[in-house]
Amino acid sequence: MSAHSTSSPLKTYFAIWAALLVGTYVTYRVAFLDLGPFNAAVALTIATVKATLVALFFMHVWGSSDKMIKVVVISAVFFLLLLLGLSMADFGTRAWS
Amino acid sequence: MSDQAAAAVHAEGHNPALLHHFAEPEQQRDAASLGMWVFLATEVMFFGGLFCAYLIYRLKYFGDFGAASQTLNTALGAANTGVLICSSLTVVVAVWAAQTARRTLLITSLILTLILGFAFLGIKGIEYRDKFVEHHVPGPSFSFDSEPIPGHPGQFANPNHAQIYFALYFVMTGLHAVHMIIGIGIFVWLLALAWKGRLTPEYNTPVEIGGLYWHFVDIIWIYLFPLLYLIDKHK
Amino acid sequence: MATAVAQPVERENYLNKHYGALSWLFTTDHKRIALLYLGSITFFFFIGGFFALLIRLELLTPVGDLVQADTYNKLFTMHGMVMVFFFLIPSIPAVLGNFLVPLMIGAKDLAFPRVNLLSWYLYIIGGTIMLHCMLTGGVDTGWTFYTPFSTAYTNTKIVEAGIAIFIAGFSSILTGLNFVVTIHRMRAPGMTWSRLPLFIWAHYATSIVQLLGTPVIAITIVLVAAERLLHLGIFDPKLGGDPLLFQHLFWFYSHPAVYIMILPSMGVISEVIACYTRKRIFGYKFVALSSIGIAVLGFLVWAHHMFVAGISVYAALVFSLLSYAVGVPSAVKVFNWTATMYKGSIHYDAPMLYAFGFLGLFTIGGLTGLFLACLGVDPHVTDTYFVVAHFHYIMVGGAVMGYLGGMHFWWPKISGRLYPEGWAKLAALIVFIGFNLTFFPQFILGYVGMPRRYYQYPGEFQVLNVLSTAGATVLGIGYLLPMVYFLWSMRYGKPAPDNPWNAAGLEWQTQSPPTTFNFDEEPVVTWEAYNYEQLGDFPPEQEARGV
Repeated sequence: MSAHSTSSPLKTYFAIWAALLVGTYVTYRVAFLDLGPFNAAVALTIATVKATLVALFFMHVWGSSDKMIKVVVISAVFFLLLLLGLSMADFGTRAWS
Repeated sequence: MSDQAAAAVHAEGHNPALLHHFAEPEQQRDAASLGMWVFLATEVMFFGGLFCAYLIYRLKYFGDFGAASQTLNTALGAANTGVLICSSLTVVVAVWAAQTARRTLLITSLILTLILGFAFLGIKGIEYRDKFVEHHVPGPSFSFDSEPIPGHPGQFANPNHAQIYFALYFVMTGLHAVHMIIGIGIFVWLLALAWKGRLTPEYNTPVEIGGLYWHFVDIIWIYLFPLLYLIDKHK
Repeated sequence: MATAVAQPVERENYLNKHYGALSWLFTTDHKRIALLYLGSITFFFFIGGFFALLIRLELLTPVGDLVQADTYNKLFTMHGMVMVFFFLIPSIPAVLGNFLVPLMIGAKDLAFPRVNLLSWYLYIIGGTIMLHCMLTGGVDTGWTFYTPFSTAYTNTKIVEAGIAIFIAGFSSILTGLNFVVTIHRMRAPGMTWSRLPLFIWAHYATSIVQLLGTPVIAITIVLVAAERLLHLGIFDPKLGGDPLLFQHLFWFYSHPAVYIMILPSMGVISEVIACYTRKRIFGYKFVALSSIGIAVLGFLVWAHHMFVAGISVYAALVFSLLSYAVGVPSAVKVFNWTATMYKGSIHYDAPMLYAFGFLGLFTIGGLTGLFLACLGVDPHVTDTYFVVAHFHYIMVGGAVMGYLGGMHFWWPKISGRLYPEGWAKLAALIVFIGFNLTFFPQFILGYVGMPRRYYQYPGEFQVLNVLSTAGATVLGIGYLLPMVYFLWSMRYGKPAPDNPWNAAGLEWQTQSPPTTFNFDEEPVVTWEAYNYEQLGDFPPEQEARGV
C-alpha cells in the first residue's frame, strides 16, 4: 500500500497519538477557564481537530487516491449539519414571535 | 504492493480470498473500503439524531444540564478518552503490521486493542454504577432534588429537565457502548484471522475496514466527552 | 416447417440452475433475491390493501357502523405502516433494482451479495414482527406515531411496531449501501457515468436518501421506545419535553422517504418511455442530475408537514420556500419525458400505458403538493382528505404505476415468458379508471372539509365517499389481474426472446432469463445510452401480439 520506507507511517501514527492526547488534556483544562459563551465553541473546535486527525491519518484519508471517500465524509457531515441547522431554524426562532 | 507480493499473487493464479463476482483483488478491496465508509456515514446520521436532541435541550435548559453534568465523573470520562485514543493507535499499528507481514506485532496490537476496549467498558461500567447508586438513572427511581445550578447560587435545577439530560446521557453513551461491544466482537474475529495467518500483505481488508469502524467509534466519543462532561465546569 | 410446435430445450438460467427451497433461502444471486422480495412485498401489499378495503367499507356510510373508533384508528395506522415500510419503500429497489442494477451496468452481481441476502432476511424478520404486532392488537397512533400520544397515552403495541420498522429500516439501508458501492465500483469497461441508464441514476439517488435518512428514524424509534418504557420526558411536555422534536426527527426521514418511493419509479418511466417511443430520453443529463437534485433537496423540506404543529412562523417561511424549490427537478423530468415523446414512434403497449398514467397522475399529485406547500392554503387543507388524495396520487398514481409498468416491461427478462398483452392493456386501463375514481373525489372531500383519520363524517359527504369506495373496488380488480396473468404466464406464457422489445440496455444483451452470472463474457460498452437510432424499431412480431 505504501511505497515509502516502513518506519515513516509509524512515526506519523505516534505523532498523531500524542497530538490527540494533548488535545484531550487541553480540552479538559480549558473547561475550567471562564470563557463565557466560548467554552463550548473551543471544546467543539478541539474535538473537530482531533476527529479530523483521526480521519486523515488513522483512517488513511490523507494521501488516499480514492475521491469517493472524501465525498462520503463531506456528505455525512453536510447532512448532519443540515439536520442540526434547519431544526434550529425552528427552535432558535420560536422566541422571536 | 511490493514486487515480491505481486509476484506471489500472480504465481498462484488468483488470490484465494478473491470473490467470484470481482474481477481483481483491488476492485474487491476498493468495494469493501467504500462500503465501510458509506456505512459509517449512516452511523453519523444515526448518532446525529441524538446530537440534534441534545443540542436543542442543552440550549433550552442550559442551567439544568449544567447541574446534571456536574455529577458526572470528569476524571473517568477523560481517562476513557485517553483509553480510546490509545486503542486507535494500536488499531492503526495492527493494520500496518498486517500490511508489512509482521505477525507478532499484528497479534500484539490486536490484543492490546481488545484490552483497551474492555478497559473502556469497565470504566463506563463504574460510571453507570455510580449513576445508579445516586438515583440518576431515568425512570421510576430517578431523583434530582436540591442540586444547585452552576453559576446561579440559590437556584436549583428542575429535576424533569435533569432527567432529560440523563436520558440523553444514557442513550448516547449506551449506544456508543453497544458499538464498542460490537467493535470488540469484530476485533476478536480479527485476532482469530490473524492467528490463523489469514491477514497478509496481499489480503488484509478485514483489519483495514475493521479499523475504520473502530476509529469511527473513537470519533463519536471524542465529541461525546466535551459535550456531556464539560458543561460549565468553570462555575 | 415443423407442423407441431417444438418446445425449445430450456437453456440453463438462474431459475433452473438449482432447485429446492434451500437453494432459494441461501442464495446470493441478486436475481433470486429480487424474486424473494417480489413474493414478500406482494404479500404485504395484500395486507395493506386489506386494511384499505376495511377503511373504504367503513366510509361507505356517514356513521361509524362497521368498526369502533379505536379499531378504525388501528386500521388506518396499520394500512399506512404496512404500505409505507413494507411495500412502497422496498418495492422497486428491492425487486427491480436488485434484479436489474448488476445487469444494466454489466456486472456479475452486486458488490456484496451476502449483505443483499441479509437485507432480505432483515425485511422478513421486521415483517414477521409487524405481523405479530398487528395480530395481537396493533397500533392506533397513525403511521406517524406522534408523541406524546404514542409515548405516554396509547395502550397499543408501539414498541413492537417500532422494533419491526427499525429492523426493516436496516434492510433498506443495506440495500442502498449495496447499490452505491456497486454503481461506483462494478461498472463494466466503457460504462461511464454518462452512459448509465437513467434507471441506475434513479437508484443511485434513491440509495443516497436511504443511507442518510433511514438512520434518523431508526434513532427516533429508539428514543420513542426508551421514552415509552421509562417515561423519560424527552417528548413529554409535562416533563419539559418538546413533542415537536419528535416531529422534526420523524419527518427528517419521512419526507425524504417519499422520494425513496418515487425516484425508482421515475427511473422505470425513463426506460419505458425511451423504449416505447424509440428515442433517447430528451435532456439525459438534466434527467440524471435532477434525480440527484431531488435526493438532496428532499432533505431540506421536512417541516412542511408541521406548518400547523406549532413551529415558528419564520421556520415555516423557510420550509415553504424550500418546498417550492424541490418541485423544480421533478418538473424538469416531466418536461423532458414529454419532449422525448415529441416526434417519437409511440407504441401503446401495457408498460407505456402505465407510463402515460404515471405522467398525468404524478403531475397532479406533484402540483397539489405545491398547494400544500403554500402557507396560505395549507391551514385549510392540512389533515383533510386533500392531503390523503395528494399523497396517494404520487404514491399510487406515481410509484405503483411505475412499479407495474416496470414489472411488465422486464417480465420477459425476469421469467423468460411473455405476459398476455391484451389482458395487460385491460388491467392498465382498469387500474387507471379505478385509481381516479378512488382518489379524485378525495381532493374535493378534503377541500370541503372532511378531515382525515375520522370514521364518521357529515351526511353531505357520502356521495363522494361512495364514489371513492367504488373506485377502490375497481382498483383492486385492476391489481389482481396482473397477479393472475403473471403467474399464468410462468407456465403457459409464450417463451420470450432475449430482447422482445428490441430495447436498449445491457440487460437485454443477455439471455431471458439470464444465467446465474449474467454475462458469458464481460461486456465492453462503446455506445451511448438509449441508442435507439442504431437499434431501430419495435420487432414486428411484437406488434402483432394479442391476448
